[in-house]
Amino acid sequence: MQTHTDKPPQTTANVELLAAALGAFDSAPAGANPPWLKSIREQARARASQLGFPNTRQEEWRFTNMAPLLQLPLHAAAANGRGLSARDIAPFRLFADGPCLVFVDGMFRKDLSALPGNGGALKIGGLRDQLAANPRELETDLARHAACDGNFFTALNTAFFQDGAFIYVPADATAEEPVQLLFLASSGRPGATAHPRNLILAGKRSGLKVVESYASLTDAAHVTNAVTELVLGPEARVEHCRLQNENGRAFHVSTVQAVQAGGSHWISHSIATGARIARNQVQTLLTAEGAEAVLNGLFLGRDEQLIDHHTVVDHAGPRCESHEFFHGILSGRSHGVFNGKIFVRQDAQKTNAKQTNRNLVLSDSASIDTKPQLEIFADDVKCTHGATVGQLDQEALFYLRARGIGADQARRMLIRAFASDVVERITMAPARERLEELLAGRFDGAAI
Amino acid sequence: MLDIRDLSAGVDGKEILKGLSLSIKAGEVHALMGPNGSGKSTLAGVLAGRSEYVVTGGGVTFNGADLLEMKPEERARAGVFLAFQYPVEIPGVNSTYFLKAALNECRKARHEEELDAVEFLALVKSKTKLLELDPALLNRPVNEGFSGGEKKRNEIFQMAVLEPKLAILDETDSGLDIDALRIVAGGVNKLRRPDNAALVITHYQRLLNYIVPDFVHVLVNGRIVKSGGKELALELEKRGYDWILEGVAASGKA
Repeated sequence: MQTHTDKPPQTTANVELLAAALGAFDSAPAGANPPWLKSIREQARARASQLGFPNTRQEEWRFTNMAPLLQLPLHAAAANGRGLSARDIAPFRLFADGPCLVFVDGMFRKDLSALPGNGGALKIGGLRDQLAANPRELETDLARHAACDGNFFTALNTAFFQDGAFIYVPADATAEEPVQLLFLASSGRPGATAHPRNLILAGKRSGLKVVESYASLTDAAHVTNAVTELVLGPEARVEHCRLQNENGRAFHVSTVQAVQAGGSHWISHSIATGARIARNQVQTLLTAEGAEAVLNGLFLGRDEQLIDHHTVVDHAGPRCESHEFFHGILSGRSHGVFNGKIFVRQDAQKTNAKQTNRNLVLSDSASIDTKPQLEIFADDVKCTHGATVGQLDQEALFYLRARGIGADQARRMLIRAFASDVVERITMAPARERLEELLAGRFDGAAI
Repeated sequence: MLDIRDLSAGVDGKEILKGLSLSIKAGEVHALMGPNGSGKSTLAGVLAGRSEYVVTGGGVTFNGADLLEMKPEERARAGVFLAFQYPVEIPGVNSTYFLKAALNECRKARHEEELDAVEFLALVKSKTKLLELDPALLNRPVNEGFSGGEKKRNEIFQMAVLEPKLAILDETDSGLDIDALRIVAGGVNKLRRPDNAALVITHYQRLLNYIVPDFVHVLVNGRIVKSGGKELALELEKRGYDWILEGVAASGKA
């Protein structure tokens, strides 16, 4: 369990550490900064200072103590991975043929990326390049959807992002191949911080599948603070998969904010297996009639890991559906946090919202804090939620053993089955297979 | 093959088996009958290695080895098979994957080559016919969404694939209609061989019309109080358990 500190919300030391970090980030070159963005960034920076560093007295951070992050010598991760070659990237690539945008320490590396040929419908590239070449295309959406008001880390990202991915799928177009956005941390210095910023625009009736994957090339305590905004036009269909497998010293904070027009369909998978402390916010705003959101999640904690998911499904339009399905598997002394907010606004009649969080706690020292939070202002809605925390089913375990399967293998089969329940919802086969491999590596042969 | 000597066992400090002895040789089918609460399922659980039962006295050897010292998986690999009274649904574990893993564990223990996917599927195909089981069920997770009859047939199907030396059928007839009963019993009969044996646990005589036992034992209050041939089952069907219970009470007084 998280111990609640008796210190005042902002200690003088933390204020100073934060000021030092902001100062260090200020010195990093932000790239092209058109006036509209400059003003957003300035507001965001002011907001971050005003909010101060999160602490466990705040409801949103009650179970997730981020204070160890401030103890790192935070600085903007310089793009120092110049020595990398395609061979270094290959093990992380999921799709043999599809486009793959590679980011090293938060910066787009065109030389390492595989971009789609000309003539395709898809517009895809680095955000920094796009800002320099064609900022007008970004003006209506970039940093307009992920709110900085209550979120320190989103504000920080907005103030200091240097690069990220930009994807645009025009109306009625469907991307043939899934797109991979690969974020690698290469710095060997603790505290190296990247603030990747991604903007994904899916036009009316368009289709896109995209995987964001995060990994570390060193075992340094680096920091990733990512924000992805997705804007789905009417009847657009987007599948978005996030694979976070950074090293066990890393800190990973992310916000994924979708905004969905009527009839659009968004499937999100948030798979978190890495980092010392990971905090993921997955949020969607269902703005108009008939939009549907599916939020899947799988988090695997071991050792001293803390993995936190906060989800927000905001039903603003009528007849929208949302399904949330999160599984946690916690071993060692790890700690899982799940908080699922569902808002149903007054106009969102005939809403159908469902939320499930199931957790497998494999050791006496592991723990989970799970909390649904429903706020419903419409009267004709169907909202259900359920959370379970348990151990492996002993009767199932005995059944497997009674057929000759050893106790360890039987346990692994049941754990894998629990994880697969989420993994099999990913429609991109290579991503699914990579995950199955990862799960096999994690649970096969390990003492559980 | 199986020697149970003076076995006492219980759960949560309550003694259920009170000095049970039973010997089963290769080629034999034994039926164990008895009223509810007499300890039939406890015996099945103890033999299969359920950890909730505590053995307080006596012993069990299986082909000369101390069965009670073995883990459940070791018993299965040695050739003990329990057909569950209530087969468990295991979401997310594919039936075929599960059974192939189980068979290969048993084969390894018997120093036989593991089967590859092609060989295994051929075996499965022939055995599903035996039990008139829809092969499509095997693409599903273990027992998930199976009807009661399908679950019981699946137990005997697994038995057909694993080819145990000793099969323990724990109330396999419960919840089966007459057609399903005939199929299940037919499967069991086809698997009878001179080198294997079965212990058929049942409350009713009905199943024994189809699986004809060599010996029938009556379990009352944790002990076998009467043994005989297949005609004993018929007598029980006709007269119920009361006359035996009265006999036990009388001998208790004597």
